Amino acid sequence: MTLLGEDVTAVPPFRRNVNTVFQDYALFPHMSVAENVAYGPMVRGAGRDERRRLALEVLELVQLAPLADRAPSQLSGGQKQRVALARALVNRPKVLLLDEPLGALDLRLREEMQIELKAIQQRLGITFVYVTHDQGEALSMADRVAVFRDGRIEQVDTPRGLYVRPRTAFVARFVGSANVVEGELARQLTGSTQAFAIRPEMIEVKPAGEATPAGMLSCAGTLEEVHYHGATSRWHLRVGDAVLTAVRPEGTTATAAPAHGARLVLAFTRESLVPLEDR
Amino acid sequence: MAVLRSAAAFLYGRRGFYLALLLLPPLLWLGIIYLGSLFALLVQSFYAIDEFTARIVPVLTLATYRQLFSHPANLDIILRTVAMAVAVTAAAAVIAFPVANYMARYASPRMKAFFYVGVMLPMWTSYLVKVYAWRLVLAKQGIASWFVDLLGLTPALEGALAAPVIGGPSLASSYIGMFIVFTYMWLPFMILPLVAALERVPGSLVQASADLGARPGQTFRHVVLPLALPGLAAGSIFTFSLTLGDYIIPSVVGAPGYFIGMMVYQQQGTAGNLPLAAAFSVVPIILIAVYLALARRMGAFDAL
Repeated sequence: MTLLGEDVTAVPPFRRNVNTVFQDYALFPHMSVAENVAYGPMVRGAGRDERRRLALEVLELVQLAPLADRAPSQLSGGQKQRVALARALVNRPKVLLLDEPLGALDLRLREEMQIELKAIQQRLGITFVYVTHDQGEALSMADRVAVFRDGRIEQVDTPRGLYVRPRTAFVARFVGSANVVEGELARQLTGSTQAFAIRPEMIEVKPAGEATPAGMLSCAGTLEEVHYHGATSRWHLRVGDAVLTAVRPEGTTATAAPAHGARLVLAFTRESLVPLEDR
Repeated sequence: MAVLRSAAAFLYGRRGFYLALLLLPPLLWLGIIYLGSLFALLVQSFYAIDEFTARIVPVLTLATYRQLFSHPANLDIILRTVAMAVAVTAAAAVIAFPVANYMARYASPRMKAFFYVGVMLPMWTSYLVKVYAWRLVLAKQGIASWFVDLLGLTPALEGALAAPVIGGPSLASSYIGMFIVFTYMWLPFMILPLVAALERVPGSLVQASADLGARPGQTFRHVVLPLALPGLAAGSIFTFSLTLGDYIIPSVVGAPGYFIGMMVYQQQGTAGNLPLAAAFSVVPIILIAVYLALARRMGAFDAL
């Protein structure tokens, strides 16, 4: 494994220029917030005043300077998270590793911290390697996303590239939701049995009998289920042996929701189909 | 049945009474057998013995304590006992820490069970048997000197035994030998609380420390040791107080000098001076109290 051109595979952790924000924060319970943050400079031999100054500087960055002398047990989850971040940042690492850092926070706090983390990252210009299971978090925060499957990288791309051009069925399904079409239905639609993915929001649904716009592919389906999500609804449509999902904006179709079992036509452009590699 | 049921209903509505009923027997036991006898001991130490009739005069006086602290021999005994207790505690801590750290952090469950049995098995054997066995092991022509000779270290052993105060004609009749037996005897009491304390230190703290640039020694000093201090304090209270109170090991192994425990034994038995025996046993109580206060001030219990 190389880091900025240097082989670090055999370098012990205390000599790597990488710091980690742990999932469980791993704050030292017998030290104050400031002492926790000053731990890195302390073990590197910084003097007492120097340590304190560095710690307060970074705590300022994560807006925790007023709590510098509290004990970690007196902090909330979000505050502990910030201390863990400050403690890792104080060493000015070249790379900061974040192992599901927001996993233990509730949704609102998580969204706030996402924005804040991104802002801090851009301000400091440090590379963040951010491990997460939350695909929304990955898409909204990252410049580049690597999708792992069984410890191997499946695809590396920009969030947009990953979403628009997933290379494999795994990536298509893992990042956002996707209809993966293969076999007979694929041949029927495109003339080839090569599997392809189509995003639910790219599928238009029309009443049976209505003309398909020129250049669009179409097939007939039966409405099986509708799941209401507020701004949108997810329609599950049976097409032959497969079930395809379409996402419809709720505002326009609210009055025109067809009954279950209704015969409908699914239409989509050829460009919205993403051919997938075989695995 | 009906009586039982109505009794149950009666107790259910009166939680405080129920709790008091449950706690009464242990509280009585603790209050009378433990604290009561301790108080009786304390009171005894403030009585004195009549020099002519050898009877205890039940009048409160400081005469016994005066007797205790005015004799240089008694002060020697206290000093000797405390020095031994400190040395044994320090040695037990140094030996126990690596063992406990391995058990808590690195050993597989099987290995850990093996270590637990290994640590506790000696405690299942009679204490007297072990002490007398050690006297044979440490005797002049015993296993210990044979093994030292096998390693070619006999000159080093002879040098140590030639040292003033701690030395002697053989290991079995020197303070070095007594120190070895004490350390062996109380080591489990140091290891077990230390394992418990170290098990409570999350592994991620050790990882975080290394991640932040601390070398293994620094991680030990700044993270593992401070968080294990309560265990170390608990263990050292055992080793310290057990050494202060023991009278069998000093009378079987080691140099002829008296220890506090031996004095208590002798004064309440052959000499029949119960107040002096009581005064002698108050000394370890005070020493332990001072030690606990010091440990608390040093922050040994902050991480609890």
